[in-house]
Amino acid sequence: MLKTLRDLFRYNREFAIGSMLMAVILGMAALSAFSPYPPANIYVVPPDMPPSWAHPFGTNSRGQDVFWQLTFAMRNTLLFGFAVAFLSRLLSLLIGLVAGYQGGLTDRVLMSINDTFIVIPLFPLLILFYFVMRDYMNWVLLTLVIACLGWAYDARLIRSIMMSLKTREFTQTSVFSGMKMHEIVVREHLPYVLPIVFSTTLNNINWSIGLEVTLSVLGFTDINRPTVGTMIFWANQHSAMVAGVWWWFVFPTAFITLTFIALFLLAVSMNEYIDPRSRLARMGMGGA
Amino acid sequence: MVKANGKAGNGPVPAEPILSVRNLRAYYQMQYFGIDREVRAVDDITLQVNRNEIYGVAGESSCGKTSLIKTIAAANRPPLNVIGGSVKYSFLDRDIFRMSEEELSRVRWKHLSYIMQGSMNVLNPVRRIRKSFIDFAFRHINKPEREFFDIVARHLERLRLSPSVLKAYPHELSGGMRQRVTIALATICRPEFIIADEPTTALDVVVQKDVLAMIREVQQEMGSSILFVTHDMTVHANMADRLGIMYAGRLVEEAPTREIFANPLHPYTAHLIQSLPRIGDLSPKKALPGAPPNLSDPPAGCRFHPRCPLAMDICRRENPALTALRPGHRVACFAASSEVRPVSEIRETVPPKVAEARS
Amino acid sequence: MRSYGIYVLTRFAQFLLVVFIGISLTFFITHLSPIDPVEQMIAGMTAMGQSDPEAVSLMRTALQELYGTGGPLIEQYFTYWGRILSADFGPSLSSFPTPVSVLIGRALPWTIGLLATCTVISWVFGNLLGGLAGYFRENRMLKLAGVIIMGFHPVPYYIIAFVLLIIFGLMWPILPTSGGAAANLPRGWNAEYLISVLRHSILPAASIILVGLGGWFMGMRALVSNVITEDYVTYAELGGVKRSRILPFYVIRNALVPQVTGLAMSLGAIFNGAIIVEFVFSYPGLGRLLISAVYAGDYGLVLGVTTISIVAVSAAVFLIDILYPVFDPRVKLA
Repeated sequence: MLKTLRDLFRYNREFAIGSMLMAVILGMAALSAFSPYPPANIYVVPPDMPPSWAHPFGTNSRGQDVFWQLTFAMRNTLLFGFAVAFLSRLLSLLIGLVAGYQGGLTDRVLMSINDTFIVIPLFPLLILFYFVMRDYMNWVLLTLVIACLGWAYDARLIRSIMMSLKTREFTQTSVFSGMKMHEIVVREHLPYVLPIVFSTTLNNINWSIGLEVTLSVLGFTDINRPTVGTMIFWANQHSAMVAGVWWWFVFPTAFITLTFIALFLLAVSMNEYIDPRSRLARMGMGGA
Repeated sequence: MVKANGKAGNGPVPAEPILSVRNLRAYYQMQYFGIDREVRAVDDITLQVNRNEIYGVAGESSCGKTSLIKTIAAANRPPLNVIGGSVKYSFLDRDIFRMSEEELSRVRWKHLSYIMQGSMNVLNPVRRIRKSFIDFAFRHINKPEREFFDIVARHLERLRLSPSVLKAYPHELSGGMRQRVTIALATICRPEFIIADEPTTALDVVVQKDVLAMIREVQQEMGSSILFVTHDMTVHANMADRLGIMYAGRLVEEAPTREIFANPLHPYTAHLIQSLPRIGDLSPKKALPGAPPNLSDPPAGCRFHPRCPLAMDICRRENPALTALRPGHRVACFAASSEVRPVSEIRETVPPKVAEARS
Repeated sequence: MRSYGIYVLTRFAQFLLVVFIGISLTFFITHLSPIDPVEQMIAGMTAMGQSDPEAVSLMRTALQELYGTGGPLIEQYFTYWGRILSADFGPSLSSFPTPVSVLIGRALPWTIGLLATCTVISWVFGNLLGGLAGYFRENRMLKLAGVIIMGFHPVPYYIIAFVLLIIFGLMWPILPTSGGAAANLPRGWNAEYLISVLRHSILPAASIILVGLGGWFMGMRALVSNVITEDYVTYAELGGVKRSRILPFYVIRNALVPQVTGLAMSLGAIFNGAIIVEFVFSYPGLGRLLISAVYAGDYGLVLGVTTISIVAVSAAVFLIDILYPVFDPRVKLA
């Protein structure tokens, strides 16, 4: 495992850049534990100060230090992304496995519902949800809702992998040797599916953070909880760019963009690593 | 660059080479995570195919058969690279590797065509058959479209296919029909040389027999030569005039088919023939111990020695050269060339049916 | 042809299912929320100074009918469907007394025009460049194009749009950054107006296209590098078929098939992006309408836009579905 990571780091440029960026981002989030200012307080520092030694990313018009605010924002945003990805993975694994294994009518019903969730534009639904929930909106609720909407694409993927695994010879052998189906799933197939689930996790984190940032920027989340999205929301509320307080907008934007690129690069390199074709080639089975 | 297109008549013209391959070496050269890998799929192969002849190449899967014919057709793509040797055709004025893509494309299909392994997938699934005929053959036949399709239709009928297949997509045809379409496609320009790579492997036995007969028929009628590759020794017994046996990227034995079945000199060949089922024989078949070597790290000396019942010291050190022990019968084996001739001891009686099948 | 009819019917059934589930979701979101939407809205209305008693009572009746405050849930559900099927969402609160359906009707062409154009452009160019990049793996220009295109891809629409807004609105103001056309021009099919529409659409379109290209590019590049190892491509190469024929008809043509499915599957996501882009550039489409309706507390409008979005996107997907057999003759029509 460690050797694989080292090889990936050394010979896969996407992985190397992605993991370095990710380290910076995680470091930033971890720094939140050392913040001298509580995240929710305002007017703790002189407002609208440009970047300086005392305030490396400047201060905003609400009298907050942008650097320390951003550490909280990164922490919360990442936490949200991980939580959504984790919950929606559970859903997509469950639905993908059931549909793939049961086949027949169950499969058709589940996949019809699945395709529906792929097709429906989720953003208007989320906005509607915010609209009726407003004062009740908090990040746990948002996590749950987005997780409930974000499973469909990968459930389809897992289902198709399951269907092909089911017809493989080793599955038949396991059946004939008297293993129960759930044992086969857990012991034989899950090790094969999990790496793929892991790679979809990275994409799903990207997707959910994207939704969160977009909703927050519009003010459609709990705007008092610092996330990268709500930081940009407050910057816009105070017309930061027009007022020349560019650092308030630029630093969160830069960091969230780096986050997206890091996750994307990691997902790309993971995919390449997991793809059976390139795996085969790596083992030197390239030709006859 | 292309010599006058003198098609051979029906009568066999013995020993007039149409293809000569000399010391051909082609390796897969790969680099993954900083480690260089070299798979010696084609290693020092010399052979010759004569006019109006079916030359069979036999061997287990992953012995380098497919790599060999890809290289012979100059259709190898990286990571499969030609390391050395030459491939000459009588209809080309120089080595095939010295020709440009454009020069080659003028030769392909007109002189040199190909029936491919896994014929189920060789036809573009989203293109109607008639379009494929236009893509492959139209520029060689050089007639107006109406006349061109007259020729195609006649050719299809000769192969017992209705011209209506032209309007179909590949998936609308059965496996056997698709295979016949590819044979029609490969022979429409009446090429001198056809490379057939496992053309019947995916077909069921009844269809297989039909298709083989058809290939033979077309070949006879056009006087072309075929390089016929399959792992299936019974197919070789029915098709090939001469047979070359490949093991781990090397040619280990070559002789007229009847001779090789009657008197195999290499222990590997002997094993291949011995493992054929034959009527009335109830003795259990012995499996050869071990597996073909990993071609990225082949054993030193003779590549067969770890599995060979006759392995001697020299086999572990030196690589036996392919030498003619009899006229037309070449073998690469120290044991076979030594006086003892112990091969006959591990060989069982020749199947007379197989041996006579080709007469 | 008969089997094609059956195929269209099954796709239509899926379309109906999507609409059914989508609309039902909107119903349950609104009806299971702890807030009574009608009273909240009436409160919002009076707070905003709308105190014309006639308007208020008209609104209350309309809203009560739409959201169903009395009676069992199932009965409310059917009333709700009745309203939706007649596209009657009542009057808009923020633009009282204009009906919601009129507002949506005004916004819909802008969104469809912008989205259809951008989707087609990014799909065509993404696939074209990706296809070339997959076929000519060693080409430096294409590699560079790939790096640039993929750099934009993971960034959310909002950020791209906002950065473009800052560059072309604040730093280098050469393009209009707000609205669908110059306000002082009369609407009509004249060159001046159309050019203004075009100029206004450049930045929103650029945002959507820049993000969209990457997905198609990457997908197509990967598909092509798989397709070129397929037997039929090798066979065509062996057959001396010209590259200028192999690339479009053998490689790209086959790799395009999954990309058509991909297009259908990503329309929803593209629509999501368009909403935010429209908002950033105040483009007069559904997205801006939706977001400003939320800010104005206009319940009917929010619900109307959401519903129409679901129907419109599913209808577009249905359209792609029934065109799919053109791309893939192997599809089982029955």
